[in-house]
Amino acid sequence: MTTIAATGTDLHAHDHHDADHKPGFFARWFMSTNHKDIGTLYLIFAIFAGIIGGAISGLMRLELAAPGIQYLQGWASMMAGKEASLDEAYHMWNVLITAHGLIMVFFMVMPAIIGGFGNWFVPLMIGAPDMAFPRMNNVSFWLTVVAFIMLLGSSFVPGGTGLGAGTGWTVYAPLSTSGSVGPAVDMAIFSLHLAGAASILGAINFITTIFNMRAPGMTLHKMPLFVWSVLVTAFLLLLALPVLAAAITMLLVDRNFGGAFFDAAAGGDPVLYQHLFWFFGHPEVYIMILPGFGIISQIVATFSRKPVFGYLGMAYAMVAIGVVGFVVWAHHMFTTGMSVDMKMYFTAATMVIAVPTGIKIFSWIATMWGGSVSFKTPMVWAMGFIFMFTVGGVTGVVLANGGLDDNLHDTYYVVAHFHYVLSLGAVFSLFAGFYYWFGKMSGRHLNEFLGHLHFWVFFIGVNVLFFPMHFLGNSGMPRRYPDYPEAFAYWNGVASTGYAIMAVGILIFFVNVIWSLLAGRRAEDNYWGEGATTLEWTLTSPPPYHQFETLPVIK
Amino acid sequence: MAGAKNHDYHILPPSITPILGSFSALTMFFGLVMWMHPEQFGYGSLVFGLGLLGVLYTFFAWWSDVVTEAHAGDHTPVVQLHLRYGMIMFIASEVMFFVGWFWAWFDFSLFPVPLEIVKDAETHAFTVTNLIGQEGAAALMQWPPKGLEVLDSMKLPLLNTLILLCSGTTVTWAHHALIHGDREGLKKGLLATILLGLLFSSIQAYEYLEAPFPFAGLNYGTAFYMATGFHGFHVIVGTIFLAVCLVRANKGHFTPKQHFGFEAAAWYWHFVDVVWLFLFIAIYIWGGWGAPVHA
Repeated sequence: MTTIAATGTDLHAHDHHDADHKPGFFARWFMSTNHKDIGTLYLIFAIFAGIIGGAISGLMRLELAAPGIQYLQGWASMMAGKEASLDEAYHMWNVLITAHGLIMVFFMVMPAIIGGFGNWFVPLMIGAPDMAFPRMNNVSFWLTVVAFIMLLGSSFVPGGTGLGAGTGWTVYAPLSTSGSVGPAVDMAIFSLHLAGAASILGAINFITTIFNMRAPGMTLHKMPLFVWSVLVTAFLLLLALPVLAAAITMLLVDRNFGGAFFDAAAGGDPVLYQHLFWFFGHPEVYIMILPGFGIISQIVATFSRKPVFGYLGMAYAMVAIGVVGFVVWAHHMFTTGMSVDMKMYFTAATMVIAVPTGIKIFSWIATMWGGSVSFKTPMVWAMGFIFMFTVGGVTGVVLANGGLDDNLHDTYYVVAHFHYVLSLGAVFSLFAGFYYWFGKMSGRHLNEFLGHLHFWVFFIGVNVLFFPMHFLGNSGMPRRYPDYPEAFAYWNGVASTGYAIMAVGILIFFVNVIWSLLAGRRAEDNYWGEGATTLEWTLTSPPPYHQFETLPVIK
Repeated sequence: MAGAKNHDYHILPPSITPILGSFSALTMFFGLVMWMHPEQFGYGSLVFGLGLLGVLYTFFAWWSDVVTEAHAGDHTPVVQLHLRYGMIMFIASEVMFFVGWFWAWFDFSLFPVPLEIVKDAETHAFTVTNLIGQEGAAALMQWPPKGLEVLDSMKLPLLNTLILLCSGTTVTWAHHALIHGDREGLKKGLLATILLGLLFSSIQAYEYLEAPFPFAGLNYGTAFYMATGFHGFHVIVGTIFLAVCLVRANKGHFTPKQHFGFEAAAWYWHFVDVVWLFLFIAIYIWGGWGAPVHA
């Protein structure tokens, strides 16, 4: 380093910025190397994708509001530009559920929680000036954008019976191979390749940043729990996504080059695809929820004005969830005809995950216990999260039982379960984080009254929407069908009403954001007071363009 | 806090390469979709080629920037540490990618299905039938599938194993020469490694042409060619990486103390080497055990 470092100090002069010197519009937003700007881009992108994914679920609830096919044929005709057959209408349904799943997982939750909040607050919380690889950070974002363009584009090209990829988000073979002729499924697969590459690069960036850029004195065991959660999540991304890449590459080979991976007639094994997919897919569900755990930990501690209960237990519970999460994947495949021994192992291993998850739930409650709790908007969202995620967690323990799952597999009970952990878990943590940090990011306060109103309307809406699905599943209504017998009409009608209530909640949210950006009260540096102890609260709101040009020292 | 930067981290100016590379990748993949579906689209190969050019240009421009920044002194010790972490984790993700292909191979080989393989004597075309549940199926449940000739692992695959192991020593020769300031030794070691890499790829290509089983329509063939093919692709990438290092060595880049570009190429080369050892053992030796070998 001797010679190079000596010249280096001189050459650094061109890098000197005033802390708040920003590049011009195009350079700032299209060529960004700034973690806060990239975080903002991710959040805007996730909101945009969330609107599309949410609108698609609106179409689904509209169709399911009553028995019979009401609108599907009309929509399919609109898309095709000609009168669509009933089969094409059914295909349209498959396209809707596929798009809803893929968009919400890959283009709403992940970009918001990791790309958005992770980018914004991991460097701030560890006292770093930026991410380790600022330019690679930007390629992660733009690859996510082009992946989304690719996925949306697939809806306009043939995918078998009609337009678009109708494989479900799991892209199971042989429906996705010999069952879906046409370019749509190939486009969906390449969309996943692009999004996966983006996430792997992002994971490398986060791990490097967290290991190497912590402020002097911030040991791993002093790191805020949100940073811990992103660290564990990044490892899951790094190790799980390449396996998905291999699996969907096999789909491409089978679809286009006569491959035999999943073609049983040529010695292939369709169940192999399910193993590979769920080896990725199960860690993926923790990828979506772990950063949410981190956000909830910060918020509960802030508004209880106490350090989080059992900090080390909380951190290592996430590590345990991440590690055990890699060896439970086949509980998604109990009905594929696996041996009883395998069912027993995957049942037992899955139940083990309830232990570290329970540690987290009880530690949040213990943090609030005896604390001086103030019910600000982020805190009510966090408490809603704890309540609803627990409901999703206990139905998860039910589904973990291989014997019981023979009856519940692919019913609405499963749909209810994973919407309780995602739509009422991950999404609640997203809103909690948004209300918690919006002032820090934008420099404006959100309106407390509208925030509470949003919470209650949304909370009632999603519960009316998803709770009846438990009943539907228990009475045997299968997933992924656009039609059902009269017997299921009542609770489906209730669920669709719940969607409308939830949509009103989202409207209140947008009113709040727009109103606050235009006329919100200016946010102080630490607007939550003494409970907010992490490093982002030592900075202005919004923070300077380049923060921590002199690194903070942690005692 | 305004103004001076009092830390060793690398704060970068805005860059056009990320967005350029992303849209090039979109063009490339969409071009590939078009190319695979001539019934829907024309000019697929052209669009694919255009996108590929954009992706290659992005790689070139991006890494040129990295080299320029290294020479400008931006790569402080902590930034070099970042690059090391980054490369190690990139290789870790590549390992998991290969786990997928090995998973397919072990699925087929450990749980064989009763395949009946008939090879047409004149056209050499294969007819594959899965006889599961039919009479005589039990006798066919073996791996490799009955009636299939495989490659002799102790001929060219063994030679290729020796070539790659040898290339692992030549790249270490280059590394030691670099550390001791012997630039000529660095160039010779790199050149030897590149030539061994090219030799490996050529032998592999020849072996593919000679192989007695098809790619399409048979689990053995698809899993074999995809696993070894992705390894071959990585060998080519590693060879290009080493060739870039040779060009840089000729230009006088790398010092005995700072030469991470070279080290990353060497790590990558060793990774490719280790993957081959697993392929050689699991696919060529164990995976072909007991089957008649192709003369």
